[in-house]
Amino acid sequence: MKRILAAVVASFLAVAPSLADPVAGGRANVVIQPEPPSLMLGLVQNAPAQQVAGNIYEGLLRYDTKLNPMPSLAKSWEVSDDGLTYTFHLQSGVTWHDGQPFSADDVVFSADVFLRKTHPRFRAVLDHVESITAPDAGTVVFRLKSPFGPFLNSFEVGSMPIVPKHIYEGTDFATNPANNTPIGTGPFKFAEWVKGSYIKLVKNPDYWDQGKPYLDEVYWHVIPDAASRAVAYETGQVDILPAGSIENFDIDRVKALPNTCITQSGWEFFGPQSWVWLNNRQGPTASKEFRQAILYALDREFIRDSLFNGLGQIPNGPFAGSTRYNDTDLKPWPYDPEKAKALVKASGYKGEVLKLVPMPYGETWMRLAEVIKQNLADVGIKVEIVSTDVAGWNQHLSDWDYDLSTTYLYQYGDPALGVSRSYVSGNIKKGSPWNNVEGYSNPKVDALFDTGAGTVDPAERKAAYDAVQKILVDEVPNAWLLDMGMPTISRCSVKDLVTTGIGLNDGFKNAWIQK
Amino acid sequence: MKDFWHRFRANKGGIIGLALLAAIVAVALLAPLLFPGNPWKMVARPFVPPFEGMKFPLGTDTVGRNVAAGLAYGGRVSLLVGLVSTLAALLIGIPVGALAGYFGGRIDDLLMRVTEFFQTVPSFALAIVIVAIFQPSVVSITLAIGIVSWPPVARLVRGEVMSLRQREYIEAAILQGLSTPAIILRQILPNAVSPIIVMASLMVASAILLESSLSFLGLGDPNLMSWGYMIGAARTVIRQAWWLSLFPGVAIVLTVLALNLIGESLNDALNPRLSRRRS
Repeated sequence: MKRILAAVVASFLAVAPSLADPVAGGRANVVIQPEPPSLMLGLVQNAPAQQVAGNIYEGLLRYDTKLNPMPSLAKSWEVSDDGLTYTFHLQSGVTWHDGQPFSADDVVFSADVFLRKTHPRFRAVLDHVESITAPDAGTVVFRLKSPFGPFLNSFEVGSMPIVPKHIYEGTDFATNPANNTPIGTGPFKFAEWVKGSYIKLVKNPDYWDQGKPYLDEVYWHVIPDAASRAVAYETGQVDILPAGSIENFDIDRVKALPNTCITQSGWEFFGPQSWVWLNNRQGPTASKEFRQAILYALDREFIRDSLFNGLGQIPNGPFAGSTRYNDTDLKPWPYDPEKAKALVKASGYKGEVLKLVPMPYGETWMRLAEVIKQNLADVGIKVEIVSTDVAGWNQHLSDWDYDLSTTYLYQYGDPALGVSRSYVSGNIKKGSPWNNVEGYSNPKVDALFDTGAGTVDPAERKAAYDAVQKILVDEVPNAWLLDMGMPTISRCSVKDLVTTGIGLNDGFKNAWIQK
Repeated sequence: MKDFWHRFRANKGGIIGLALLAAIVAVALLAPLLFPGNPWKMVARPFVPPFEGMKFPLGTDTVGRNVAAGLAYGGRVSLLVGLVSTLAALLIGIPVGALAGYFGGRIDDLLMRVTEFFQTVPSFALAIVIVAIFQPSVVSITLAIGIVSWPPVARLVRGEVMSLRQREYIEAAILQGLSTPAIILRQILPNAVSPIIVMASLMVASAILLESSLSFLGLGDPNLMSWGYMIGAARTVIRQAWWLSLFPGVAIVLTVLALNLIGESLNDALNPRLSRRRS
């Protein structure tokens, strides 16, 4: 017997529709920062590209803010009981923006040929896949080599965008001239891109989901300076400010403007978590007591309230609050400088100066480094800040040439996709600032992460991940700072903008403007 | 000496400058007594406006640090960098200028071409490059400022030495058989010292400005509080907290103004032609 997921029911539970009836028409003006290098989502997946092109292309599934799958290009799906076969039934009557019909062949081509070549994160998922086949034009079947827990979480538009086979088959993907005029199946069509000024998308009148989208057009404005972006919103030039558009310090002022709404939803799929890398290999940070002392010494509530404008949550450990299997019984460690002092003493610290290499992502992160330095100085730990640019920071981390460093990484909703990579010993490799940079190695943790990823049974996964969180929280391989709050600011008259776990990235399908 | 003081005093601006500078130096030196602990300490809630209480007369910054303490400690950095980098510039500029001016000919050509090379590169851009190459620290910043500000010294000294070289007393010294180093060091340089002093006082001022600009751009020593850093950090909150950029700005203006006034007065007091006209 197959477990059939009632997709329609799921979508009802997921999206809380606003009370008024949507009206068609209107234009949305949005800030895009920085300007994306390309809108061909199969080739470029950086944040701004996803934000714009997620409305041009589509994935097989969408995810609500609880990360439950919802239909997109797939109208329903089944998972076999052994967790090895995933069958997707596609929507009918879907056409590409150039009028060609969409079929299961496009899906097989995208996953098996195109993305295998161009998309590193999806390639990691493909490692678990044995075959991808299309038994008929409306069905796609994925066969796995072994069960992979988060597989159903891999079909979001940025993780697996479906690209047109008739345009790309047999060509050199990177140099195909069609990359400049992206063709997708999504609710909006690419219309115009004036480099350095704006990107214009227009409504797709032949969209398969009857009646959607509601907006006629969406303009994405390129405004390079944070203060100018805030002014553009104040003067009415733009109506929507995605997270990161304006300085943290400006958020309070802007959100107090009339007809302005703010939401922290729409980032659950990414679940960005910020932490302090602690070099577990050498120096005082090699000692567990010393690392625990650091976690007690950091005044994380102060950091959140004064540097991040009160946005975000203090994490209870390595799993962000929005990541599945976060053990909600664990409580975040309190700010306790006295305990920290005792632990520093117990660790045998002899006054060595630690090198802190802050992430150079702007003023907030520099202030963060200064606060960390002062917090640690208060418990007797000496820290020296080494300032550097983005390339230098990557270099320091890739070469393990640091004692402390700050960062934040996406968790993609599932521990097997976004958490284990920073803690399993198989991922200790020089040359990348995104893997197990701290050099934490514990066979027990490795085994538990393997168990968690290698099954689809939620109870089994939960047991493994609960155990892993207990160990990690006690050993403090990194000092977790903040599950970052990502505020989207918009005029209150723009409705249903954020209804999914990826927010604006596929939000314009449902968005409408109240007259 | 008494004569010099008399002439210096004649210029009111110089006295005001001297008083200002003395006050700034005093605050900077007494910083550890006035504000025990360190200026990075978060002592109150963020964004306390100035003049609200005696505890934080100039308010607190984005993370609750005392602005007054920052100013006092920042003064130490600014003055120190200004002085030391000027000394460094003099140490490079005076020998280059003296050798070029005294020997002339090929040596002069060679040294002046090198000097021109440094003069044609925009000094601020060069300073940024130097600091960026050797990670930002108080040593690299001082060095960078010294390296970009010595060419005018070299040119000035060269001119002075060249004209003194033609004087009869130098010819007499040569005929007496005095060694070349002795002539340059004991006969020529002491007579060229007045314009150098005037120039140095102005160079301290421009070095302070240069250090502030570097810190403003985020190329300051991240472990030392400085005025330029304070303004740079305040830039993003200028609409919420004007005092964070205003006070360090005022501190820079006053210091640079004081040094310029002093330089001006020194020029009056040390320039023999002007003094003769006055007396």
